[in-house]
Amino acid sequence: MNRRKFIKNAILFFPAAGVFRHLLKDAQAKPGNGKYDPANHLYGMGVDIGKCIGCGLCIEACKKENNVPKEPFFCRTWVERYVIKRDGSVTVVSIEAQKEKPRAEETDVLRSFFVPKLCNQCENPPCVQVCPVGATFATEDGVVLVDSKRCIGCRYCIQACPYGARYLHPETRTADKCTFCYHRIVKGMLPACVEVCPTQARIFGDLKSMASRLVRFTRINKIHVLKPHLNTEPKVYYAELDGEVR
Amino acid sequence: MKRIPEQIKRLAVVIAVIITGVVAIRYFILPSSLTDGRFHRQSTVERETAKNIVFAGATICGNCHGDKAEKKKAGYHKTVNCETCHGPAQSHIENPANKPAMSGGRDFCVFCHAYDQSRPTGFPQINPVLHNPLKACITCHNPHDPVPPQTPRECSACHAQIASIKTVSPHALIGCTSCHNVPEKHKVSPRSVRPTKPDTREFCGKCHRKESDRKDAPKIDLATHGERFLCWECHYPHRPERM
Repeated sequence: MNRRKFIKNAILFFPAAGVFRHLLKDAQAKPGNGKYDPANHLYGMGVDIGKCIGCGLCIEACKKENNVPKEPFFCRTWVERYVIKRDGSVTVVSIEAQKEKPRAEETDVLRSFFVPKLCNQCENPPCVQVCPVGATFATEDGVVLVDSKRCIGCRYCIQACPYGARYLHPETRTADKCTFCYHRIVKGMLPACVEVCPTQARIFGDLKSMASRLVRFTRINKIHVLKPHLNTEPKVYYAELDGEVR
Repeated sequence: MKRIPEQIKRLAVVIAVIITGVVAIRYFILPSSLTDGRFHRQSTVERETAKNIVFAGATICGNCHGDKAEKKKAGYHKTVNCETCHGPAQSHIENPANKPAMSGGRDFCVFCHAYDQSRPTGFPQINPVLHNPLKACITCHNPHDPVPPQTPRECSACHAQIASIKTVSPHALIGCTSCHNVPEKHKVSPRSVRPTKPDTREFCGKCHRKESDRKDAPKIDLATHGERFLCWECHYPHRPERM
């Protein structure tokens, strides 16, 4: 072995050994002891438009559970009220709980309904693609999260989301969004909005479990997703969705 | 052996300083979450998972409040979780002294039950302005087992105007059912099943004919006084004029 070859090998050996040690440590750290394993889950939500009564309790509960600012325009989930008139005009208003009850009655209405909305936890999330610092990402169990320590608050993801599901948190100055109440679901609980919905218009479940309520929901209903032409592959499934809903 | 030139030595010092600097930044200044090689996102997941739970869940309340849970299970509110009305209760479970914020009264029930044309057909709704405006909902409806509205016990619940007129009339102490025969079904379908009205002159005559022994009632001669008409066709019995 000449000197040149020795130095070449040495240069390769030390970083390679460091990487290998890291990988070894990771392999040992992986939990295989009956604990929560994200690889076994894929979460989604079902929304039954025909059951939503527009009470707005889901919005309130979400704000309490996730410390979302109380002001009305910061929402992780919200409910839109659609009013479609006989002349074909469509009005969409985001409702708020505890405000203006009863709502103004309109005339000449063809049909009217409520549409709860939230982050669709897309399979191909546009927000993840555009993040310049890699602060937002999809977990193995299908939830799109934001790393608030990495996020630089550039708002690119807020622009990119076709569903308007993100907002800039006024205190942390970072992007914030629905996490399906990630801290609850990994413990086997339901998201707060599902928990309080009085008519069970929201159904939460695991798409990998045939016994889950969500799989049953997608089996017995005609299902549609929002903006399917964008190929984002949302995991929020709507039953009885009207064609006017955007 | 050839001496190492001075400039190479100095360069080596500079390179050594740079290397130690990079190593120091890498291991002592950068947060470990940035340099963690395996899942650099794991720390986000851990932080997210560690967040506080506020809502305790649907099933746990019944462990202590079993009677209420049993009652609710059979009623129309079976899909409504305890925390939907009583508010988040995780802190109550950790320390029972922390009572969940009870959302009281009319302001809360109307979130769901005020009439709104966008609500699905058949969902029970009321107009809060007209529906017993000053009464709390729970005086008539049990929230743990709500039932369709009970039939009114008093005639005045619907016939308030007649009732208030009658209270100042000489007939104030005569009950509605002394003159009207009210079928039980009238309370459920008020328009198709109607109460009767007195259909003979002799009915009023019980008190008002000349031979009657009621002292306070004005007397007439049934044979000569308006014999072609029933009494109530001329006199308004809920507020008969004083003689």
